[in-house]
Amino acid sequence: MAIKLDKVDVVVVGTGWSGGIVSAELAKAGYKVVGLERGKEKSVNDYLGSKDELRFTQRYDMMQDLSKETITSRSEMDEEAQPVRTQGEMMVGNDVGGGSAHWAGCTFRNNPFDFEVYSKTVEKYGEDKIPEGMTLQDWGITYDEFEKYYDRFEKTAGTSGEDDPLAPPRSNPYPNPPLKSSPAINLFKEAAENLGYHPYMIPAGNMSEAYENPDGEKLSQCQFCSFCSHYGCDFGAKSDPVVTVIPTAQKTGNYELRPHSYARRVVHNGEKATGVIYVDMKTGLEYEQPADVVVLGGFTFTNTRLLLLSEIGKPYNPETREGVIGRNFVGQFNNTFLGVRGFFNDKKFNMYGGAGALGATLRDFTVEHIDIEGKNFLHGGHPEIRQYGLGPIQSLAVPSDTPSWGAEFKNNSVKYANSMLHVWFVPGVMPWWHNYTSLDPTYKDAFGDPLLRITNKLTDQDINIAKYGIEVTKKIMEEMGADIIDEDEVPEKFDHIYSGGHYAGGVAMGADPETSAVNNYLQMWDMENLFVTGGSAFPHFSDYHPTGTIGALAYRAAEGVEEYLKKGGLLAEKKTKTHKMA
Amino acid sequence: MKNAGIFTGGIVGGSILGGILSNPFLKEESESSQPAVESAEDFQEARIFFDRFEDFVILRAAVERIYPEDDNGPGAVALGVPYFIDKQLAGSWGTNAKEYMQNPFKVNGDSEDVMRYETPLNRGQIIIEGLRKIDAVSEEQFGENFVNIDGEQQDEILQSFDNGEVELTGVSSQQFFSILRKMTIEGAFADPLYGGNKNMDGWRMVEYPGPRPGFIDIIEEEEFIKMDPLGLKDYQQS
Ligand SMILES: Cc1cc2nc3c(=O)[nH]c(=O)nc-3n(C[C@H](O)[C@H](O)[C@H](O)COP(=O)(O)OP(=O)(O)OC[C@H]3O[C@@H](n4cnc5c(N)ncnc54)[C@H](O)[C@@H]3O)c2cc1C
Ligand code: SF4
Repeated sequence: MAIKLDKVDVVVVGTGWSGGIVSAELAKAGYKVVGLERGKEKSVNDYLGSKDELRFTQRYDMMQDLSKETITSRSEMDEEAQPVRTQGEMMVGNDVGGGSAHWAGCTFRNNPFDFEVYSKTVEKYGEDKIPEGMTLQDWGITYDEFEKYYDRFEKTAGTSGEDDPLAPPRSNPYPNPPLKSSPAINLFKEAAENLGYHPYMIPAGNMSEAYENPDGEKLSQCQFCSFCSHYGCDFGAKSDPVVTVIPTAQKTGNYELRPHSYARRVVHNGEKATGVIYVDMKTGLEYEQPADVVVLGGFTFTNTRLLLLSEIGKPYNPETREGVIGRNFVGQFNNTFLGVRGFFNDKKFNMYGGAGALGATLRDFTVEHIDIEGKNFLHGGHPEIRQYGLGPIQSLAVPSDTPSWGAEFKNNSVKYANSMLHVWFVPGVMPWWHNYTSLDPTYKDAFGDPLLRITNKLTDQDINIAKYGIEVTKKIMEEMGADIIDEDEVPEKFDHIYSGGHYAGGVAMGADPETSAVNNYLQMWDMENLFVTGGSAFPHFSDYHPTGTIGALAYRAAEGVEEYLKKGGLLAEKKTKTHKMA
Repeated sequence: MKNAGIFTGGIVGGSILGGILSNPFLKEESESSQPAVESAEDFQEARIFFDRFEDFVILRAAVERIYPEDDNGPGAVALGVPYFIDKQLAGSWGTNAKEYMQNPFKVNGDSEDVMRYETPLNRGQIIIEGLRKIDAVSEEQFGENFVNIDGEQQDEILQSFDNGEVELTGVSSQQFFSILRKMTIEGAFADPLYGGNKNMDGWRMVEYPGPRPGFIDIIEEEEFIKMDPLGLKDYQQS
């Protein structure tokens, strides 16, 4: 039996951007908040001296301990799913700060088109352009309504950005100027300009200058130290909940952070959530934390799984295509981040130096600007060059006709160690009726609960857009003047590797309860005092990185929770015809 | 002289205790070349994972073929890769401590996708299984131990593992080879704190500077800037 604790106003699962922002905003507003985090406590002191490529990028030191819990994965509904067993196949955050601490920091906004992706696609190309089975739907909110939350998140995070001539309207400039550029990035920008595109520096969660955010949290200037993506920043120069929203919440005196607390269930009475059951991983004791409002910010997998385990909301059934929990699972998997590798025979770049989000991109091929009339895919994408700062293990690049080991491999890997540039394409990912999540019938976690099972396959859409992206990047690389240009291979099948943290959906937002689990305040249609925030709310994956939108959604959710605590009731109206009818 | 490296000063041979001290079972140790003067780090060059020296000998030969010594610089053995791998396999990576190792497994090609990790064997067990098979295949094909055949023959065998052509128990030969290859590269280029990348010579070869406070001063620099490498030890203690 769980030990029942005293009731608080709000209990929040997770301490990444999703959980951290909601916690900070409500604690600031005077509500008593408890934050549950399965992993350990973190501060900048934990990051000091962590510049160790083997430990962090090869051994995933900051990521989920899969011996306790993982997911299972399959392509087809009639297959038995296999567990995703090793850390190399599964990147999810695990401690205070979550994935929002070890992310790279690319902080994008979606295009306005994305928020109304169904309506706009129909408007521009007609309903017939949407293939049978693609469960494309609007988000239940427009870019204009959502803009202020992007603005708020960028200010908290201290985003360093450059004006982008094709960008949708902004109420304010970026809080920080763009990062310094490098010769490799300049080469990309010049080539793109020559081709008539509109390149700009990627909006970065690495501070171009020392910065104080609106909550009074101070961030240092980024030193381009290179140990950034997969690491915590040992200068406190990266947008990270550990140096922003978590201390902001703690300073109010209204936030109690409980690390080592593994959430297992949302407790409820059928109508309302009454609290969360969790295990204290240091003692093994089980507790029940009662609260007026429950917020799930435990990342895509945990959010969906806790709802399924707690029997909240109608689980999605692919046979009937009814139900919502688990519906519209989408991710940027092995058909994304593909492009070309350019090898330069007599140019060397200081690629060992860099920052997580240092790079350039352009908006010309994204959903808002591309014309897909006559093309064999929907949506769009953005090409990128990045200068993370390459570690020597990851940087061993050889042209594709070189063997992967032995004398020739060694010789070429030394030759091109600092002379290879990769330009890739990040496409949007469309939802399908057959890609969804449910509970696994066989495999269990450390407590004996079923694992989350992913059913996901690549479609012609995914393969076609990947091929298109390679053409786009190839043109740019040719203009950049590489001597050897290798195209990345487009996969035929999903490889069941969950790397990079770009997996979403399952608790989609929208205006129609038939096809969405939460409304545009991230409030459950079926349980008004339960808010589920994070990428789990994406009805589709835009052609950008997710976290700018995830941070903004958390501000929207925080506003919703506060309004709910004051007034109660459902905060948004139900509507229909925001999606293609099956 | 047998075991010279194990005892300082090389006084063992003539000693009356020689017969006892030079354990005949250890005699193969003499195959490894021992430095004349030992530095503190050499004391880390002893096995903690590989029980059988024979297995370690196969490992040494295999990793040197994967990353051979050439005009660019040292190969895997001189970079300390075999001891790096030994240490890695003795730790949480080798025992798959942070990974999901629950039954049921779809072992040995029952799985549709051969590269998914679907075996109850942990990485340490996979490496032992694979190395012993390498020797078995060598005996069968060339009538000799793997260490005694020539380089091209060794490559031929390793290639057949890489191609998935050899049958192992519980795991595909591709899986085994990909772990071995991965660890070889890691051992050549990981921070020297792990026992490989000896003297940071792996980093020197690819002109990698090692961990530094930052590169803010050179990020805009047009020219390639070469620095003498520093290790994490320098960084953490600075
Ligand atoms: C290497 C890497 C680089 C990335 N780079 C970028 C980038 O450049 N740009 C971008 O947009 N995105 C990037 N991402 C994705 C980004 O990390 C996520 O989108 C973002 O962190 C999600 O925030 P979140 O708060 O929803 O989840 P998280 O930050 O992961 O937080 C979830 C928290 O919940 C905790 N939790 C989970 N389950 C439980 C439970 N049962 N009980 C208690 N606590 C639980 C977790 O431990 C974690 O702390 C990257 C991801 C990775 C892995
Ligand atoms: S690159 Fe910049 S933001 Fe990233 S870890 Fe280093 S100093 Fe911090």
